[in-house]
Amino acid sequence: MKNEMELIFDAVSDNEAFARVAVAAFIAHLDPTVEEMADIKTAVSEAVTNSIIHGYENLYGYKRGASSGTAGESGSPGKVRVHCILEKEILHVEVIDQGRGIENVEQAMEPLFTTKPELERSGMGFAFMEAFTDELEVESTPGKGTTVRMVKKIGTGSWIDA
Amino acid sequence: MEGMSREDFRVIDRCLMIRLPEEIDHHGAGMICENADKFLVREEVCNVVFDFEKTRFMDSSGIGIIMGRYRKIACFGGRVYAIHVDRQIRRIFQLSGLNKIVEVLES
Repeated sequence: MKNEMELIFDAVSDNEAFARVAVAAFIAHLDPTVEEMADIKTAVSEAVTNSIIHGYENLYGYKRGASSGTAGESGSPGKVRVHCILEKEILHVEVIDQGRGIENVEQAMEPLFTTKPELERSGMGFAFMEAFTDELEVESTPGKGTTVRMVKKIGTGSWIDA
Repeated sequence: MEGMSREDFRVIDRCLMIRLPEEIDHHGAGMICENADKFLVREEVCNVVFDFEKTRFMDSSGIGIIMGRYRKIACFGGRVYAIHVDRQIRRIFQLSGLNKIVEVLES
């Protein structure tokens, strides 16, 4: 059985919850464990948030700094694409943006590394994606955008304590 | 603030209690930080307690919230506690190394 879906939405932080809930709903019929569901939601949330605040630099979720309106009001916020393929119990998720891209992917993936320390984020985004999925691949071209590919097996039922 | 109100921030005995929302992500994190910091500056707050009772989802933004508040109070000897922590959030604490700076209180 193969099942496929694709979401395209504005790169604004309001859509972070929408994206992770939509992917969770897409796999719900596989009867995943509570932990698998949480893993998927966290991984998708990390990838989508990265696209929004790093790819497109739409930071308004913080309501800090000079910009008072939402990013959407000051021109186009850009789009994030979430592409999912379900092959039996294997979920493939791609989170794609056409944002600024990452100069040094290896460095970006280091735990605690962040280019925006002022946002008080943890620098753990990629580390979480890696921890909560089975496979993680990041492809990025500066000025062109970033694609994050994640693979997760659903229904293994195993709980591994960190 | 989505899913949060004034009552979610309370100061009891120089301890700031923050009742966190159902979902903690980047979208809501800024407001939590900003409101918490108002208390940290205005009131004489020593310690911060994060209450996860309502929380069903947290991503790495939650780690940022806690680490940021910890940095602000640790220099004055303040401590950070977490209560009502479920298995998933405990796992995120362990993965991020946050369990080294946050004391999880069993309730």
